[in-house]
Amino acid sequence: MSVTDAAVHEAATREPAARIVNDFAIQVATVNGSGSQTANLVLLRSIFQMGVPVSGKNMFPSNIAGLPTWYTIRASARGYIGRKKEVDFLVALNPETAREDVLTLAPGAAVVYDEPLKLRDLRGDLVFYPVPFDKIIGTITHDAKLRRLVRNMIYDGVLSRLLAIDMGQMEKALRKQLGRKQKALEMNMAALKAGYDYAQATFTKQDPFVIEPMNKTTGMILIEGNAAAAIGCMMAGVTFVAWYPITPSSSLPEALIDYLKKYRRDPDTGKTTYAVVQAEDELAALGMVIGAGWTGARAMTSTAGPGVSLMAEFAGLGYYAEVPAVIFDIQRAGPSTGLPTRTGQQDILSTAVLSHGDTNHPLLLPASVAECYTMAMEAFDLAEQLQQPIFVMSDLDLGMNTWMAEPFEYPTRPFNRGKRLDKAALARIGQFGRYKDVDGDGIPYRTVPGDGLPPYFARGSGHNEQALYSERADDYMRNLDRLSRKFQTAKTIMPRPEVELVEEGGIGIIAYGTSHWAVVEARDQMKGEYGVTTSYLRLRAYPFSKELDDFIDRCDRVYVVEQNRDAQMMSLLRIDLTPARVIKLRSIRHYAGLPIDGRSVTTDLLTQEGKEGLETPGSGLGTVGAD
Amino acid sequence: MSTPAQPTPAPGKKINRIGLEPTAYRGSKTTLCAGCGHNAITERIIDAFYELGVDPTQVLKLSGIGCSSKSPAYFLSQSHGFNSVHGRMPSVATGAVVANRKMIAIGVSGDGDTGAIGIGQFVHLMRRNLPMVYIIEDNGCYGLTKGQFSPTADLGSKLKTGVINDLPPIDTCLLAIELGASFVARSFSGDPKQLKAILKAALSHRGTAMIDVLSPCVTFNDHDGSTKSYSYAKDHEEPLADVSFVPFFEEISVDYDPGTTTTVTLHDGSKLVLSKMTEDYNPTDKLRALRLLHETSMRNEFATGILYVEPDKPDFIDLLGLVDEPLAHLDESRTRPGKAALDEIMESFR
Repeated sequence: MSVTDAAVHEAATREPAARIVNDFAIQVATVNGSGSQTANLVLLRSIFQMGVPVSGKNMFPSNIAGLPTWYTIRASARGYIGRKKEVDFLVALNPETAREDVLTLAPGAAVVYDEPLKLRDLRGDLVFYPVPFDKIIGTITHDAKLRRLVRNMIYDGVLSRLLAIDMGQMEKALRKQLGRKQKALEMNMAALKAGYDYAQATFTKQDPFVIEPMNKTTGMILIEGNAAAAIGCMMAGVTFVAWYPITPSSSLPEALIDYLKKYRRDPDTGKTTYAVVQAEDELAALGMVIGAGWTGARAMTSTAGPGVSLMAEFAGLGYYAEVPAVIFDIQRAGPSTGLPTRTGQQDILSTAVLSHGDTNHPLLLPASVAECYTMAMEAFDLAEQLQQPIFVMSDLDLGMNTWMAEPFEYPTRPFNRGKRLDKAALARIGQFGRYKDVDGDGIPYRTVPGDGLPPYFARGSGHNEQALYSERADDYMRNLDRLSRKFQTAKTIMPRPEVELVEEGGIGIIAYGTSHWAVVEARDQMKGEYGVTTSYLRLRAYPFSKELDDFIDRCDRVYVVEQNRDAQMMSLLRIDLTPARVIKLRSIRHYAGLPIDGRSVTTDLLTQEGKEGLETPGSGLGTVGAD
Repeated sequence: MSTPAQPTPAPGKKINRIGLEPTAYRGSKTTLCAGCGHNAITERIIDAFYELGVDPTQVLKLSGIGCSSKSPAYFLSQSHGFNSVHGRMPSVATGAVVANRKMIAIGVSGDGDTGAIGIGQFVHLMRRNLPMVYIIEDNGCYGLTKGQFSPTADLGSKLKTGVINDLPPIDTCLLAIELGASFVARSFSGDPKQLKAILKAALSHRGTAMIDVLSPCVTFNDHDGSTKSYSYAKDHEEPLADVSFVPFFEEISVDYDPGTTTTVTLHDGSKLVLSKMTEDYNPTDKLRALRLLHETSMRNEFATGILYVEPDKPDFIDLLGLVDEPLAHLDESRTRPGKAALDEIMESFR
């Protein structure tokens, strides 16, 4: 059982290592429910506080306690915050996985392990640091429960010593993590110090990995995408939230509830300017959002793939009755229940056309925590502008992992409430027809209950421009064609792609969402190591805008990088693009349930380009065995 | 519901207390079968809203899918309406009512829409005690798909094709009481007086008012084998009591003999007066209501009338602690926190 998708390495003679500064990955392998999260976040945060770019990725089981969990912290002086597949420094505390965790390390890696696991004999090409965790914790407390909780701080202390992570930063990070829990703080500090002292007294540094202070994180924040999205939703003025618990989405509404409680109460009365309803299922959650959106509220829900499947029926109603709604899909690995705690970009195709009949939905594609924040706000504007459900396609990697970012900026644009009829507009357009295309952009005017303007009867059945029931062929087709026109309008107001064109006629890459970070790194690898330059277009929304056509026209061949088996975005591109552009497309896919990494993209792309001597691609075929 | 000033009626014109004529409460022409019980219910809904003087622009009409769910188009054309998806009206209503607490919501469902595809949402609507009137137009069959059994079809009842229903029915009133609905009634589309009184009381109640209205399907379920036929319902209806409703703006009539009536004061001050018929019935006694439903069901009878009322139960809006203005109408100044809030949040992530 291992979480890695790197191959098992044969023992080989180790080269004497030079110092490797601020460019390596630490992996902590523990059992979930053992309280390792505090220790891991303290480790992450203290490196961050030393000014070193860092990212944290939690690979955890769909379980509450007792199954293996891995936390990877990557320090990267050059600022790469995507996943690095190779582990350089392992902390092996889980007897279940320790053996395979060690066998999959590259030669030269270092291992801190719980002494009784006796890992030293497994490999001759690694550096081993055995630590008697139970003996050390025995000197701090005899309370069994406390021992279990603070035991993990010992490895933070050991790593502080071995990797030269400043103890003062460790303490500061610990205080930040524990807040005012004085008793817990004291115990954890003691464990931290005991680990440090043990390492100082016992080990001679044999591995090359060190952290040295930098100034690359000044003023920055560390945040999870779901919290960032929650802040965006609050700033977007959400007034109605309905949700059903599901991994990896739940932390979004839960963070939102916390913020709303704090910042969205009437200061005089204590009454709330929002409502949050935990629905009976995702179907009801979207039903409630549609009901609220119909009355004019800024309404949202958040879910993952299985929830999106249930929402199909209401997504179609929202599309056809033209009701604003915002839906976050924190994608996880499917199909079916799949791997609830693993990541993927597997809902792209099904969400774009979610529900029966001729239906299509605009998608927003955030790649960063900053975009989780800004696109949350954009989603509410777009939902009201386009009068239809808008899906924000985040994923587990973005939503639940910790990312560094510049602090979010306060929004400067006021809400865009779309075409809400008012008395002036009514005078201008004459008679109100709820589904009449007055302006030629496919977007009609709408009224809401209680606004004193003409009412209408919303329905999912066939209707004419006056919102009256109709089965007439001309009414039906006029309406479908108008909806199609509206989708064309969407192309002009959705976020545009980010384009970096390096040269005419070369290799192009298209990616979206969290695949971006692997592409950023892969492009540098290909250029630096192989002299291969690439142009890049990062999609930020569907439907696609004209920049995409221009980009493909300027490239000879274009690799579409994504985290699913079936090349889902490429399928959408194939539907939209002309045959001359379609033939330029090639696919790079990653579907291990683990975040895509730069090296896999580099290897896959260069292999497809016919470069010899590269490791066989196939990152999607790695073993995953959490449960 | 507010009480506007009494307008001066124009001579010879019938108007209600807010100056509207009955036609202001009508909708488009029905497309249901001639003689359909649902049309009679539509007429009573129009009467109830007219007589109470409810402003139709302050009403939300909602429904699911089926014959029943078409009917909101046939009343209150000045109200916003939403004919949603099959069995899911409760969730749409929940979002709408929470987002605009000022509106009066009326939902029309059917026995399939509620008892089969929508039973899950129905259960949670009752449990939340969302303020709305929820009507089941109950004909024991799927009319729009040509007469298949619904979950309220009685055990042993027979389709035109001869198929016998061998599953017991769901009693939506029993279920609603168990689940927490604070106003539960049953009536019959062919009993205009009782139905109208119940509807008026339901509109004055604050909380979920669930009304199961037996409404024979003249096309598919009005034959001798059916316990939901006109003749069966007429013969086996057992009114609990004579329901009279006195709106808050009218004096209580002195006609009732105090020894044989029960008066329940509803949320808005209206009075529900039940005059004794077969027995004294206290509709605030939950266990008594459940027992009555079981007893009458064993006799293959329908107890009609107001079965259960809990006038002071907190509704879902009360529990949410919302500001007084509709959430849907709050503007940016109320819903986007200032820069200081964002700065404070950002600081917590440094």
